[in-house]
Parts: sequence; structure tokens; C-alpha cells
Amino acid sequence: MALAANKVDATEALIAAYPAPSGEGKWASDARARALETLRQTGAPVRRDEYWKFTNPARLLEPAKAATILATDETPMFDGVDKLLVVFVDGVLRADLSDDLTMDGLEIETLASAMSKDIHWANDIYGVLEANGQNPVSRPMAALNTAMATEGLVIRVTGKAAKPIALRYLRSGADADVMVHNVIKLEQGADLTLLENGPAAARFNSSLEVDIADNAALHHVRAQGRDHERLAATHMFARLGTESRFKSFTLTVNGALTRNEAVLEFTGDDAFATVSGASAGDRAYHHDDTVFITHDALNCESRQVFKKVLRNGATGVFQGKILVPSHAQKTDGYQIAQGLLLDDDCTFLAKPELEIYADDVICSHGSTCGGVDETALFYLTSRGVPKSQAQDMLVLAFMDESIQEIEDDVLADEIRERLGAWMERHRD
Amino acid sequence: MLNIKNLKASLEDEDKQILKGIDLDIGPGEVHAIMGPNGSGKSTLSYVLSGKGGYVVDGGTATLDGTDLLDMEPEERAAAGLFLAFQYPVEIPGVGNMTFLRTAVNSQRKMRGEEELNAAEFLKLVRAKAIDLKIDAEMLKRPVNVGFSGGEKKRNEILQMAMLEPKMCILDETDSGLDVDAMKLVAEGVNAMRDGKRSFLVITHYQRLLDHIKPDVVHIMAAGKIIKSGGPELALEVENNGYADLLNEVA
Ligand SMILES: Nc1ncnc2c1ncn2[C@@H]1O[C@H](COP(=O)(O)OP(=O)(O)O)[C@@H](O)[C@H]1O
Ligand SMILES: [Mg+2]
Repeated sequence: MALAANKVDATEALIAAYPAPSGEGKWASDARARALETLRQTGAPVRRDEYWKFTNPARLLEPAKAATILATDETPMFDGVDKLLVVFVDGVLRADLSDDLTMDGLEIETLASAMSKDIHWANDIYGVLEANGQNPVSRPMAALNTAMATEGLVIRVTGKAAKPIALRYLRSGADADVMVHNVIKLEQGADLTLLENGPAAARFNSSLEVDIADNAALHHVRAQGRDHERLAATHMFARLGTESRFKSFTLTVNGALTRNEAVLEFTGDDAFATVSGASAGDRAYHHDDTVFITHDALNCESRQVFKKVLRNGATGVFQGKILVPSHAQKTDGYQIAQGLLLDDDCTFLAKPELEIYADDVICSHGSTCGGVDETALFYLTSRGVPKSQAQDMLVLAFMDESIQEIEDDVLADEIRERLGAWMERHRD
Repeated sequence: MLNIKNLKASLEDEDKQILKGIDLDIGPGEVHAIMGPNGSGKSTLSYVLSGKGGYVVDGGTATLDGTDLLDMEPEERAAAGLFLAFQYPVEIPGVGNMTFLRTAVNSQRKMRGEEELNAAEFLKLVRAKAIDLKIDAEMLKRPVNVGFSGGEKKRNEILQMAMLEPKMCILDETDSGLDVDAMKLVAEGVNAMRDGKRSFLVITHYQRLLDHIKPDVVHIMAAGKIIKSGGPELALEVENNGYADLLNEVA
């Protein structure tokens, strides 16, 4: 179907806004050409699109506006963790600030280096998982990323990684408009923890494609940084093999507009995945989690656990779908999205979707939205806990179900700490 | 200690007065009991005194050691020395019992300008008191009141009271739902805290609790008023004859 003329114009303007990468290997330019083709077919997102009804994409498309940089007292996360640190400043990998890209159990290469080669294993993943994820719901910002991104890492994990890889996204330019694309391939039985932290840019478009082979495991913990003005559209595409495991958690405090999309597909039996997030926003805050999980195998378990605390007119969105074709028997799908509204003028919009064709499955979903439990608040204050602190305790308790999805207790505690600090900074 | 004069209170959302002029004077070290039919306003009195939302004070005063209680936030009332053992202790998933209790103890200390207890001091204290109340350490690690039996919840209230060392303790039907042994434990917990200065207001339906916690004065409450006050023998009278005679007497 042909696009409407205005959508064609918007799409061409979006494509023209980024320099077209050139001089790359054939596999890379082919992948980029396919992505451009996809983008031209789907068109830039507009509010009328089914999955953009709750989130206006306009600010993701118009020319990036300069945003003040938070005069930040924000200390980088995961500092105490023994890790391989990779630093990006305004979306550009800075070797001078990063550790050597070598570690037992894996190979790391920059995206630019991989793209410059004539053939590369990433050919099977880069833009491929993204393309799979375009159906049945289009993800134009991800296609744009595949077509344009030149920064990022390409990681092949062959065994148990000696330590986590931590990507730290720093921001120095007020108007940085940045794309990063990371590709991770976990070979059979491999195991990696990937950490991501930082504001990255005034506008950040990130894409992560993950191929998890049989019996492999990826743990992913991300904290998106405290800048108030930043805009972010992130995508995560994961393909899961037999008995593989994927755990991804995202903390989002602040940010004018954040759209986090996760697209997972189980292709092997007996695998497990959880996508979870805790988000906290005050005033001009719009946060959107959009998840699509396809169970294309037997006896897989998926969990979606999202908690949002909102104040002073902030908005939270959840769109989560589980698709279970008729052959995907014994599927266990759990989905919960809850909003805690600390003020009456906040909005929580949830669109849970279960599309199930198999008969022997357990799928449950819940979505609630409400204020702080006044009875519990009175109980705590009647014991002498000041109201603001009592409220923080109840909010943190509410958020904790999502944080408990993180496997590593040290990482989970660091997330709890950050969230607690946010609560303290955002009291009445 | 606690002085209540002509206290009247209504529900905020409905035009319904529950407390219709309560007078009560509890001196230092005294134990008073309030008995009365269900719905007479006993819990409401305890809530209005401790500052729960949803009620409007229509008139009267309530002071603790001379300071106006009704003007304070619940946490300030607690720091001033008021404690309410809830008729229905609240379950709070996700908030650890110990974290909660330590925060409460130290918040009160801070508000009173006292030194806060460090983790080790607190732990030592709470363990000792838990043993007295036969509360096992596992229970303390759980979220506040979550998965506790009725009796465990009530013992947990007494543990909190013991840790917070209030001046004025209000116990709202702490005995209901307890078997004889549990009730004895609770009563022992209360009696251990009687030091001649600390005062108690015990709300109960049953004489048997008052066998263990000997009251100085017994009040009968009905329809938002105290209709009769007397010595411990009044509780016996209720036990034997119910409230009917007393209610008729006033009517
Ligand atoms: N929050 C409330 N909402 C509605 N009715 C209430 C509320 N609190 C108390 N009441 C009413 O006030 C009256 C007194 O209740 P309560 O104080 O619980 O009595 P008691 O503790 O003596 O059994 C009852 O009629 C009860 O239904
Ligand atoms: Mg009652």
C-alpha cells in the first residue's frame, strides 16, 4: 500500500536528516539498503499509527533541539562492579576513556570495524532481527537506526564472560542527536551480563540486537540517565534458542520522552525471558514501554513486569503483547503493568494484549493504576515514620516487583538506591 | 497523661457524627479499659486520637501531657509518646518488618532530638524483645504483617510498642482472635511495660484480658458516648449480664 504523500515527505525528511554511511563492506550496505526500503514502506511514525496513539512521535522526528545539560551530580552507575568499561561521548566510542576491548570468553569489535569488512558473522544478525521484528508491528525508528548508525559494538560471546561489559553513555554537547547500534551473539552455552547507563544525548536512538543460542544466557541491566529534557527511542530485538535465558531490566528516571521497545522471539523450546522496568517521572515526563513477545516454541516462559511511579502530570504508557501460535503449547506468559499515581493529574495508559491460539498455555496479565495505599501510609506514620519517608517506603515497595526480576542482587540494590534517591529528590 | 474533653468527631465523607462528646482522663501509670457494643465508636476514638484521615473533629479537645494532640500529624503524635495497637494491623507487602521498625524507632528518636540506634544496637534490642513475645526471627524478616496469622499480627503490635516505648498506649481489641496462651503472652508484654508512669487504654470486649491486665477504671461506651465508668467490677458485670442492662439504665 502506498504511503500518504505527507508521510512520504516526513519519511524522506527523516532520512535526509542523517548522513548516509558510505564506503562500507557489501554485507553492511546491503543491510542498510534493506532497512531504508523498510522505512520507506512503513513511513515515519505518526500519532495515528496504532502503536503510537499513546505517545506522540513528533519530537523524535523533528530536527533535534538543544537541551540544557543537567549540571549533574549524577555519579555513573555500576562503578563498584568489576567490568569492562566502554565509554561513548555524544554517541561516539572513546577508546581513550574505555578499557581495552578484550576479555576471556568473548570477542568485541566496533560496529564501524565490522561494517568495513566484506564478510562478517554479524551479517546474520545486524538488521535481521530488526527486520523480523517489523512484523506485524512496524518499528520505523529501528529501521532508521539500522540504516544510519555507525557507532556501537559487535560482540560475540563464546563462553562465560569473565566480567560484565558496561556501556557508559556520556553527553557533552547540548544538542547531540545520537544513534548507537549494538549486536550481541551468544554462542551455545555462553553467558554475559551487559550493563548500560547514561543520558547519551539530547536525542538518543538506540538499537540492540541479540541472538541467544541454545543454553546461553544474557543479563541486561540498563539505567537511562537523569536528564530531564532528553528524548530517547530504544529498541531491543532478541531471538532465543532452546533452554536459553534472557533477562532485561530498565530503570528510567526523568526524561521528557522515552520510548523503549522490546521485541522477543522464542525459537527454541524451554527458554525463559523477562523484560522488566521501573520508571519514575515528575512533571514533563512521558515514558512508554512497548513490548512484543512471540512464543514460537514449546514450553517457554516469558515475563513482563513494569512499574511506574508518576507525579505532577507525568505520563506512563505500557503496550505489551504476547503472541502464542497454535503449536506453542505449554507456554507460560506473565504480564503485569502498574502505575502508581502520586497526583491526580498523572496519566497511566495500558494496553495489554494476549493473542493465543494454543490451548495448553498459562497466560495471565494484570494492569492496575492507583494512588498510595492510605491505610498503609497511616500505619507507618502512626509509628512515627514521617509522611514523606513513609510514602517513599511504599513507593519503593511497589516498584520492587520489577527490580526483583534482576538476577544479580548487587545490581538490584544499586537500582533500588538510585530509585530511592530519586524519591527523596522528588518529594512534596 | 491523656485528657479528653467533650470530643466530637464525624466522618469526613458522610454527614454522620460518630463520637458525640467523649470525656476521659487517664493519669500517669493508670490503666483504663473501654468496653462497649460493636459500632459504638471505640476504634473511631483510637483513630481520631492517633490522627487517621477521614474524620473531622467537630469539637472538644484531646491533650497528651498538656500538648494538643489534635493539631499534630500522626508521626508527631507518635513521637510525642502516643501508640495505637491496631484492631486490624495492616499488611504492607514489600516493606520489611525490621526496616520499618528501625525507621520508626529512629524517626521518633530524631524528632525528639535523641541519638539514633545503629543497626547492631537495634538488632540486639529487637531480638531480646521478640524472644519475650515468642516471635521468631524469621517472622521479623518478612514484610510487615504479610503472611502473619491473626495472633502473630497482634504480637507484632506489642513488639512495636515495646520497641517504641510510648508514654500512652492504646490497645484496640488486641485480645480478639487470640487463644488463651497468646493472650497471656500479650498481657505479659503489656504488664512488663507498666512502670508506674506509662498509661494504657485497653479496648476490649472480654473480661478475660482484664484478668491479666488489671484496669484501674472501666468505661462503657455506647453510641459515641461514655455512658458509665467504674472500677474493675463493671467489666465483670458486662461479662455476666451483657450490655443490655447498662444501656437500659441510661435510656
Ligand atoms: N471510615 C468509616 N466509614 C464508614 N463508617 C465508619 C467509618 N469509621 C467508622 N464508621 C462507623 O462508625 C461507627 C463506629 O465504628 P467503630 O469506631 O469501628 O466502632 P467499634 O470500634 O466500637 O466497634 C460504626 O457505625 C461504623 O460503621
Ligand atoms: Mg473496633
